Amino acid sequence: MKKRSPTLRKAKNLLALLSAGLSAAIGIFFLIWILWEITDKGISSINWEFFTELPTPPGEPGGGLGNAILGSVIITLIATLLGVPIGVLAGTYLAEFGHGKFGGLIRFITNTFVSAPSIVVGVFVYAIMVVPMKNFSGLAGGVSLGIIMLPVVTRTTEEILRLVPVGLREAALALGAPYWKMIVSIVYRAARTGMITGIILAVARVSGETAPLLFTALNSPYWPSGLTEPMANLTVTIFNYAMSPYEDWQAKAWGGAFLITIAILALNIFSRFLAQRGTKG
Amino acid sequence: MEKMREKTKTLLPDHVPVKIRVRNLNFYYGKFQALFDNNVDIAERQVTAFIGPSGCGKSTHIRTYNRMFSLYPDQRATGEIIMDGQNILGDDVDLIELRTRVGMVFQKPTPFPMSIFDNVAYGIKLKAKLPKNELEARVEEALKGAALWDEVKDHLHALGTDLSGGQQQRLCIARAIAVEPEVILMDEPCSALDPVATYKVEELIDRLKERFTIVIVTHNMQQAARVSNYTAFFYLGRCVEFGPTEKIFTAPSEKETEDYITGRFG
Repeated sequence: MKKRSPTLRKAKNLLALLSAGLSAAIGIFFLIWILWEITDKGISSINWEFFTELPTPPGEPGGGLGNAILGSVIITLIATLLGVPIGVLAGTYLAEFGHGKFGGLIRFITNTFVSAPSIVVGVFVYAIMVVPMKNFSGLAGGVSLGIIMLPVVTRTTEEILRLVPVGLREAALALGAPYWKMIVSIVYRAARTGMITGIILAVARVSGETAPLLFTALNSPYWPSGLTEPMANLTVTIFNYAMSPYEDWQAKAWGGAFLITIAILALNIFSRFLAQRGTKG
Repeated sequence: MEKMREKTKTLLPDHVPVKIRVRNLNFYYGKFQALFDNNVDIAERQVTAFIGPSGCGKSTHIRTYNRMFSLYPDQRATGEIIMDGQNILGDDVDLIELRTRVGMVFQKPTPFPMSIFDNVAYGIKLKAKLPKNELEARVEEALKGAALWDEVKDHLHALGTDLSGGQQQRLCIARAIAVEPEVILMDEPCSALDPVATYKVEELIDRLKERFTIVIVTHNMQQAARVSNYTAFFYLGRCVEFGPTEKIFTAPSEKETEDYITGRFG
């Protein structure tokens, strides 16, 4: 056997370590750069008025994005009300009963939809809601985000429920629990933390979507007045204001970008906190 | 000739009441046959132990008594399991009712992710909605019955999953006896426990047989000898020998039984 030089082995090891470390550093560098840039340009726009006032016409000082913030919250809420219950139930079906061909088909479609471009969903909701109702609406915006959430929630729910040990299910059934009660009182409880984490991450994911809202909720310079009206929202506002030639609008776009980044960051941190607490309990 | 007699007559001494009578039990995992013509009689309010090497079918056999296998579509059993005059393998059997009559303790402790109190109360609440003080009394009684009360009475609202392995298994026994079943099945209840915890569970089994019919699967022969009144020896899916524990361990009539209990294989 040929004896290998330890110096060469150590050099190779160092080289591998360096290249992996460097790649990680490059990735983190860009992330930090983005965060830094957004904070630097956006934080100066954040003040009380930013949350409570309507936007002002270009050139007029003051004003805020209150309507867009409220609109985004409403649209995300509609999406959650639609996506979470259906997603959780569909995920439960796949985990508990979806062993046959029908389950396999649903699982395949769900996996396909997780990676479907969100703009496609936007166009779809435009065709089935906006065109027949002859109006862009906050409701259509919520529905499109809900459709994007649905496969994400379905898949996480299925994965989390499958982690619940068979022994726990059998133990509940052995006590004479009906199947549905076993799922609700034992399986959901055992999987609770993971499910909530998955839902929060799904909410975080859709709250940054822009493309589907361009076709559905559109945007509005006014306070949300009804679900069937076009509704102001942060992401489309950021898009419009950033493209505008007015400096104070551009500043507001940075402020909106900062706010949405912080909100998504907060949701992610919160879900990590929950997940960590869950592993202890 | 011997076989014919077994099918019609009791396998127990005449004066011993039979709780469960098993005749010609065959069991299949899909196309694979795991049990072949098992015949066993389970004596009422006695401890019956199932022994045999790994894979001999003793766990498969015990899981037919509460129809646990019905959860899995490709598993099926044929033959008769008569409990109190009813064949529990019949299609018309209400599984929920059956499982409140036949409780089960599993190999690995399976505490639910909830408090000690709620673990024990879970089964009781399934059967009836009791006033708070009555529920508390039932939980206390079950925990005392499982010899766990003194260790947990001061923190009933702590998580059941935070108990030690031995305590978790006694919690599962408390949960099983809380619904007041007639039969308790134990599928290797001590295999995940240390000797001290095992001793406590064995002592408990001895006390529980005054109220319940107990069937215990074990691959620890000393345990079977210590806790049981009757023993069935399983080998390759067949119930090779069944009889009073003393006889099985001192004067087995089958060669395979003798080889197993003297440690020649298994």
